[in-house]
Amino acid sequence: MSQATTQKTDRYGKMFASLSEQNQGSFVPFVTIGDPNKELSVEIIKSLIDGGADALELGIPFSDPIADGPVIQAANIRALDVNINTQDCFDIIKQVREYNADIPIGLLLYSNLVFKRGLETFYKDAKAVGVDSILVADVPLHESKMFRQAAMNNGIDPIFIATPNAPDDTLRECASYGRGYTYLLSRAGVTGTETKAQMPASSIVTKLKEYHSAPALLGFGISTPEDVKAALNAGAAGAISGSAVVKIIETHLENPQAMLNGLKEFVAAMKAATAL
Amino acid sequence: MNNPAYFGEFGGMFVPELLVPALKQLENEFNKSQTDPAFQAEFEKLLNEYAGRPTPLTLTRNLIKNPKVKLYLKREDLLHGGAHKTNQVLGQALLTKRMGKKEVIAETGAGQHGVATALACALLGLKCRIYMGAKDVERQQPNVFRMKLMGATVIPVTAGSGTLKDAVNEALRDWSANYKEAHYLLGTAAGPHPFPTMVREFQKMIGEEAKQQVLKAEGRLPDAVLACVGGGSNAIGMFTDFIDEPSVKLIGVEPAGKGLDTHEHGATICKGTKGILHGTYTYIMQNDDGQIEESYSVSAGLDYPAVGPQHAFLHETGRAQYVGITDTEALEAFQLLAKNEGIIPALESSHALAYALKYAEQQTEDTILVVNLSGRGDKDLAHVMDVLSKEEQL
Repeated sequence: MSQATTQKTDRYGKMFASLSEQNQGSFVPFVTIGDPNKELSVEIIKSLIDGGADALELGIPFSDPIADGPVIQAANIRALDVNINTQDCFDIIKQVREYNADIPIGLLLYSNLVFKRGLETFYKDAKAVGVDSILVADVPLHESKMFRQAAMNNGIDPIFIATPNAPDDTLRECASYGRGYTYLLSRAGVTGTETKAQMPASSIVTKLKEYHSAPALLGFGISTPEDVKAALNAGAAGAISGSAVVKIIETHLENPQAMLNGLKEFVAAMKAATAL
Repeated sequence: MNNPAYFGEFGGMFVPELLVPALKQLENEFNKSQTDPAFQAEFEKLLNEYAGRPTPLTLTRNLIKNPKVKLYLKREDLLHGGAHKTNQVLGQALLTKRMGKKEVIAETGAGQHGVATALACALLGLKCRIYMGAKDVERQQPNVFRMKLMGATVIPVTAGSGTLKDAVNEALRDWSANYKEAHYLLGTAAGPHPFPTMVREFQKMIGEEAKQQVLKAEGRLPDAVLACVGGGSNAIGMFTDFIDEPSVKLIGVEPAGKGLDTHEHGATICKGTKGILHGTYTYIMQNDDGQIEESYSVSAGLDYPAVGPQHAFLHETGRAQYVGITDTEALEAFQLLAKNEGIIPALESSHALAYALKYAEQQTEDTILVVNLSGRGDKDLAHVMDVLSKEEQL
């Protein structure tokens, strides 16, 4: 076995295989790293794991998050207000990885943060703290070459978004360039629970399967166990929920214990809906 | 590299995948319109009969003390709407109709682009909503009222810092949800491809006219053309027809705010570093981590922490030179033009004028300068009155 192969951990592959054996879909919560501060953020992410999350999607805060709705924008601002920087985020991920060696960890962030650190350095540092995948929200497929190369050079899965308005050629590229999982959007707009996911997403799922893409996780507008079930019924391998999770943090800023309990219960309820 | 989205290494289309089909549709329609005589005729008719093109070129009479120097002003301040913004807004509004879209989304800082968008939408029967930072809504009440009079909805943005950059963010978010019905009418030659190219093409008549007017008056090309640079639309409009005339210096004037050595300025090329903001790779104002920093200028129209990618390229290749002018210098030029020539310039344009005055003093040979007087100063009167009364200069 080559060195490169042994370094490739493929936590997503293992997760999808094991869930498939148990007849379950996956549930993936999202939070912004460092929200509302460095110490509590570590506890928040641990509580998501304790609640039964199958994988984690974690955002690095950015001053201008154009793909995010008001709830996640506010989380970005809370984290930046306590001066969370990229290195802090990597430190937090390192602690999470020490807490759980197996759970797939995805990063979601904006391109300028990657550029500023330098592409190779960013992906290498991310790999070193235990990140499995990176989705750069403002880098579409046709601008992604350098990012894909840096990802592949460093054993990170590049994640791409399959959108409802994408022409077939773009979905084909999405399937061929993406690794780990495919981020499936069922609707237009930005993140948030104001607009529900619009089912069925099944026609995109069918195409993605035909093009042999990585398993699809449906995101945007997922806030209830019913939404999770609908995502699985549409043929997705799982669902990602961001704003609904972050809302729990926002609601309990004054009471961390209630926040952590609330998060754990929410994740448990969403996870319970993944039984096929 | 022959990718039309790039100027050297600068430019690109760094947006969420969702917006790519809308930008490609726009690029496609724009390209077709460029070779469509019917579109060009309609655009020209609007420019001539509605907006008031061509605008005059005025030789200043009293402002310049150096007898070797002639200073010409390209009078975009006389264009309908009071600034060069109207040119490209009419072009994009026509494209909106061509794409079969009935709604327009726009952002505005001081309100000039918002006013231009509102007037074009009123004229062409488009439904219009304009995002404006909540702080700017407070500071620019007359322009808010103008937009509303012309039928636009003005939406205050409280997210982030509540200024232009956040208004752009919010407009992009709206567009990601509504691209099927709505066109995003971006206000400057920045943002993702095809905006920098499209806005340039819809503004380049400024330089084309100025070149012919100078040739007619002087029988030769000018030695330098100058324009202020925020996002960079009036400057690229002035520069484009002179880029292939190597004898003509191109000078872009950035807002140095309280000084280039302070943190309060908006001089992205002079002092910024390379990065990505609002869909384009260019010079931006950012911290060591890549978080975008606030820009500052006395002139709201130059107060933007990025710059059009073609300006980044013209700087990198040395074809154009970019310099800074402080608030104080701009305010002085504002008053000098009013006193000496009976023209009240926009604070934005006062930056270009202020550098031209410095430059004129240094010339020892016969020199012809053209400044793009990109807008008129009526919108700035209350602000300038306030600043000057504080300095007890009135």
